[in-house]
Amino acid sequence: MAKTGTTGDKIFRTVLLIAVSIIPLIVAAIIYMMVQNSLPTLQRFGVGFLTGREWIPAQETFGALPFIYGTIVSSVIALIISVPLSLGIAIFLVEQAPKNLAKPISFMVELLAAIPSVVYGLWGIFVLAPFVRDYLGAFLQKYLGFLPLFQGRLTGIGMLTGGIILALMIIPILTAVVRDVLEVVPVTQREAALALGATKWETTKVVLGNAASGIAGAVVLGLGRAIGETMAVTMVIGNSPQISASVFEPAYTIASVLAANFADATEKIYLSALIEMGLVLFFVTFAVNALAKLLIIGVSRRNGVAKA
Amino acid sequence: MTYRISELRQTMRSKISVSNLNFYYGKTQALQDISMEIPEREVVAFIGPSGCGKSTFLRTLNRMNDTIAGTRVEGKVTIDEQNIYASGTDVVSLRRKIGMVFQKSNPFPKSIFENVAYGIRINGIHKNKADLHERVEKALRDAALWDEVKDRLNASAFGLSGGQQQRLCIARALAVQPQVILMDEPASALDPIATQKIEELVVDLKKDYTIVIVTHNMQQASRVSDKTAFFMLGKLVEFNPTQKVFQNPDERLTEDYITGRFG
Repeated sequence: MAKTGTTGDKIFRTVLLIAVSIIPLIVAAIIYMMVQNSLPTLQRFGVGFLTGREWIPAQETFGALPFIYGTIVSSVIALIISVPLSLGIAIFLVEQAPKNLAKPISFMVELLAAIPSVVYGLWGIFVLAPFVRDYLGAFLQKYLGFLPLFQGRLTGIGMLTGGIILALMIIPILTAVVRDVLEVVPVTQREAALALGATKWETTKVVLGNAASGIAGAVVLGLGRAIGETMAVTMVIGNSPQISASVFEPAYTIASVLAANFADATEKIYLSALIEMGLVLFFVTFAVNALAKLLIIGVSRRNGVAKA
Repeated sequence: MTYRISELRQTMRSKISVSNLNFYYGKTQALQDISMEIPEREVVAFIGPSGCGKSTFLRTLNRMNDTIAGTRVEGKVTIDEQNIYASGTDVVSLRRKIGMVFQKSNPFPKSIFENVAYGIRINGIHKNKADLHERVEKALRDAALWDEVKDRLNASAFGLSGGQQQRLCIARALAVQPQVILMDEPASALDPIATQKIEELVVDLKKDYTIVIVTHNMQQASRVSDKTAFFMLGKLVEFNPTQKVFQNPDERLTEDYITGRFG
């Protein structure tokens, strides 16, 4: 008897292999392109590129530190604001809200994620920036103005506004992931705590303890998003390559400088500097995302749920 | 004066008293008109086919069903003469009085010590650190686990075997000094040797606690319990001394189930 369908299986298998092999090929091609094109600055500045504080393209002086600083600080501000909010929303959705309320709220949170970045940027310019200038910034300066963090001129455009915009943009992903992580905590853990006379809050703490590494994963994932976010931040952060202690001062992020200057970069060395900056961004987000995945896989495995 | 043990038992007061209890999941009625007296310091076993309502009934005794949306209770459950479904009942302190052990062992992702200490800590029972240690040790001893874990109290509870984890959960329940312990098929996921240990433990704990145990295993019910309740389709069919239930039941239905004619 002749075997049936072996040729079909082979073709099918080959098609799938081709589809799958595209992914590593793209990653390799991107890395190759970026390394290749940033060779001029890699060779000329070496590590000095990462530690240089001056960015004067006309004089061919390229230091990436202000951009790295701006990226990190704006992302950290975003996390400080979004992590407690997202945790609160997720805990409410999973532990407290009745089903008929949890669903629409979940839906709205996911809707936030669908708003285009540039719309956030516009809203940032017309609503958030004036709010920061007239209310939030003024308030912080009045009561905490003795801190270098809150000194300087208040224009509404700057690091703080950029951080807040980023926070709003990563709340959906953070909330969704934390919600999923809390949902896979077995009911038996909650019942164990309740049966011992735990209050709702004490039970929630047990649940959070179960989900700790997954929550850490969610935070890192959010950080990855914040680091790579471009458009909205470019519109409100002020785009000035400086390192200032004050969060009211304008700043610049790696992603923003790439987006804003690519068209002007006609000299080879300028282009190379921008591409090397892209390379830095690529490796940072790559590492951050890998870390997040590992943390989230950890929590699923421990709970015996294959979900990553 | 000589008393027969069974006569002495007659005089014991009832710890839990259930009258005309109905329970609903949404529109589905899961328990129908159940009345029962559970005596103090005895073991009562609930048996019956899957879905007969025995676990649901067990969970009405510490209001654990409250956590499931859309459930409703009618009737009265009193523990020490207090109606636990009366408005204004402090469910948190009620549950502290009524320990529960679940079908699947569910230790917290903490150390062995911290698992047992958890209930003591949240209820603020201990006076100081030494007292906490004493209470944890006592609970572990009472759960017949101390000798096996005393050298690795700070190790993760997940490193224990299934049977040890279940005894750890019993220790955790004992640590808050409950008066009643509800056990929902505590040995159904365990091998025969671990099961035997749990059964010995149940008989041993009877001197200090009132125990209600749900079980799928009729031999287990006959081995550990003083009284047995047979449930079917949400109704309490028969509730009698265990020996009577297994040797000379009042109801034909009970006899059919015990002898394996269905179920």
